[in-house]
Amino acid sequence: MTTTTGPLATRRLILQGAASVALLGLGNLPFAATPARAAANDKYPEEAFRQKNEADAIKALYGKTAEPSDKVKLDAPEIAENGGVVPVSVTTTLDKVTSISFLVAENPFALAASYKFADGTIPAVANRLKMAKSTKLVAIVEADGKLYSATKDVKVTVGGCGG
Amino acid sequence: MAIRRRDFLKSAGLAAASLGLPRLARGTEAASIYDLERFGNARILHITDTHAQLNPVYFREPSVNIGVGEMAGRPPHLVGRAFLERFGIRPDSADAYALTCLEFEKSAGRFGKLGGFAHLKTLIDRLRADVGEKRSLLLDGGDLWQGTGLANVMQGRDMVEVANLLGIEAMTGHWEFTYGEQVLRDNLERFKGEFLAQNVFLTEEAAFNDALAFDKATGRVFKPSTIKEMGSHRVAIIGQAFPYVPIAHPKRFTPDWSFGIREEELQKHVDALRGTDKVDAVILLSHNGMDVDLKLASRVTGIDVILGGHTHDAVPQPIPVKNAAGTTLVTNAGSNGKFLAVLDLAIDKGKVSDVRYHLLPVYSELLKPDPGMAELIGRLRAPHVTDWSEKIATPDRLLYRRGNFSGPIDELICTALRTELDTEIALSPGFRWGVTALSGQALTMEDVLAETAITYPETYVQEMTGAQIKDVLEDICDNLFNADPYYQQGGDMVRAGGLSYTCTPTAAIGGRISELKLHNGKTISASHRYKVAGWASVTGQQGAPVWDVVGRYLRSGRMFQERLGSGVTLKGVDDNPGIAGQG
Repeated sequence: MTTTTGPLATRRLILQGAASVALLGLGNLPFAATPARAAANDKYPEEAFRQKNEADAIKALYGKTAEPSDKVKLDAPEIAENGGVVPVSVTTTLDKVTSISFLVAENPFALAASYKFADGTIPAVANRLKMAKSTKLVAIVEADGKLYSATKDVKVTVGGCGG
Repeated sequence: MAIRRRDFLKSAGLAAASLGLPRLARGTEAASIYDLERFGNARILHITDTHAQLNPVYFREPSVNIGVGEMAGRPPHLVGRAFLERFGIRPDSADAYALTCLEFEKSAGRFGKLGGFAHLKTLIDRLRADVGEKRSLLLDGGDLWQGTGLANVMQGRDMVEVANLLGIEAMTGHWEFTYGEQVLRDNLERFKGEFLAQNVFLTEEAAFNDALAFDKATGRVFKPSTIKEMGSHRVAIIGQAFPYVPIAHPKRFTPDWSFGIREEELQKHVDALRGTDKVDAVILLSHNGMDVDLKLASRVTGIDVILGGHTHDAVPQPIPVKNAAGTTLVTNAGSNGKFLAVLDLAIDKGKVSDVRYHLLPVYSELLKPDPGMAELIGRLRAPHVTDWSEKIATPDRLLYRRGNFSGPIDELICTALRTELDTEIALSPGFRWGVTALSGQALTMEDVLAETAITYPETYVQEMTGAQIKDVLEDICDNLFNADPYYQQGGDMVRAGGLSYTCTPTAAIGGRISELKLHNGKTISASHRYKVAGWASVTGQQGAPVWDVVGRYLRSGRMFQERLGSGVTLKGVDDNPGIAGQG
């Protein structure tokens, strides 16, 4: 199942190292499409990534609070097959999306990844996040200057004892 | 024998006129019990969780099967009298014996063993003949290949042969996956039916490395569904494998595959079957477990009936569940070959207009074993039965497993582990398979294997702090009592030997387990380290297989010298009808 050379290995290394840092540019965002406007806003959000709980991280990153929306579709397993690499993804039908972020409430630092979107790109991202224990997972979508959220509980279990 | 016959006749509501018939006339009696009124235009037969029990068995249904949250007091979380009342079953009847724990030993003497594939074959053939060619289907919901010593040494090959002779046309899986991909694929090569699973996908790595898949575009490892022509109608069968295989079992068996409930993919697939393939009926052959199926039925639309398994709930009537587009019926068909479910459908163009459902107990004493199947079973067992037939102990009490927290079988296994491996505490998995042995019935290695035969049987001894022990108990307890069924895995609570505790099922994770004490009454300290024995670990272990340890202990003749007792005190569930004698 694994190879040790080639693009896959590289990608795996990136993902491993990305468990708690931003993955700017790794999503659906082609480099060529990055407009100047995004570049101007490109400063690494150090303060936000340092926050321990998700509310503080959202505030540090966006300076406002999010309202739950059924237009944000967050996909993640109910029970993680491997807490070290939990596949999560967000899609949305909201217009004018400028940013999508993932927050893992029970991780030592809540903000796990934040993506910025150029005009005209499809607002969909997938990532794999490390979760040490069962946690609330929050997805934030910034659209037209407002914040929207979706939440899902992901269980990380010791396993065993199936019927 | 006369008494037993009379009991059956009473339970079947027959006239006393046939009482004088000789034993050979049993065929006529059976005819009455298994004579179903003709209904509809398609018949689907469903077996599930037989756990490879080739011969008839005793199997005691649980006396503790607690439901919490919305599941409290609802099927399948009813036991004993509450169960009989809910389904209108007469106490003291053969059906009460098949479906509940009430007066189990007494009734076992009256009604005998249930199941057995030669008996199932007779019944299935008859119910298929009743409706004629191309009007019936035989489906298996999984856990067909595991549960006996024979299935374990043959890695399920025995059950593939049996399935072919029985005529199983489609199946899904759970323990089938614990033989690993290669064995699974080899077995499926020989299987004449189809293996269906809409919810098994290649991991991203496996897809990247071009691993084998049914559909490369979606990453689905197996065919998700099949469409069968039944009369002039088209019926779609979708397979739903156990969603938590890599979590409940060692991940090494399925490294390339990712499971899950996959509600969204399921909805898309149902919609495609309805919209593109224009099927007239959609059946989900599910190994989700009943609570998960009940929730799924409320959220996914377009499924007519979910034929369920995994949680081993013998539920005599389908449970209707409303959703955004209509109603889905949810069933669960018990375990160990005890039952054959019969779903008769009245199908019109594009829809199911009505159904009849019967969960038929397979009373082995009322069914003549099919000679061909009996011969096959004999041939499969022959190379091994002698090795396993030595009587190694005769227990002085009823031994059963099923129950949320404990049962005598697992108390025995825990005592064997603690004694033979010299530990204070033993942990044993809360499996729901494993047959029942009557008091005074001599046990053989074949019996021990029927409680322990898995592909990761290695025992272990390790040190755990009191805090770690509590965490493990909390974690597994949440798999059972999480208020949201999608977070449940469907097994029972881990069995603890040498340890007593209080459990509050209605609490949240972290707050259910309290008052942990050693067998001698000493309180468990969070920081103290305890020696713990166990088996069936999801991480690799090196110890002797558990059946050897249990066999050694039984041979020593010490069986029940130690005080037994579950050691679990329940809190907050006083009126819960999921506990016998309550509600």
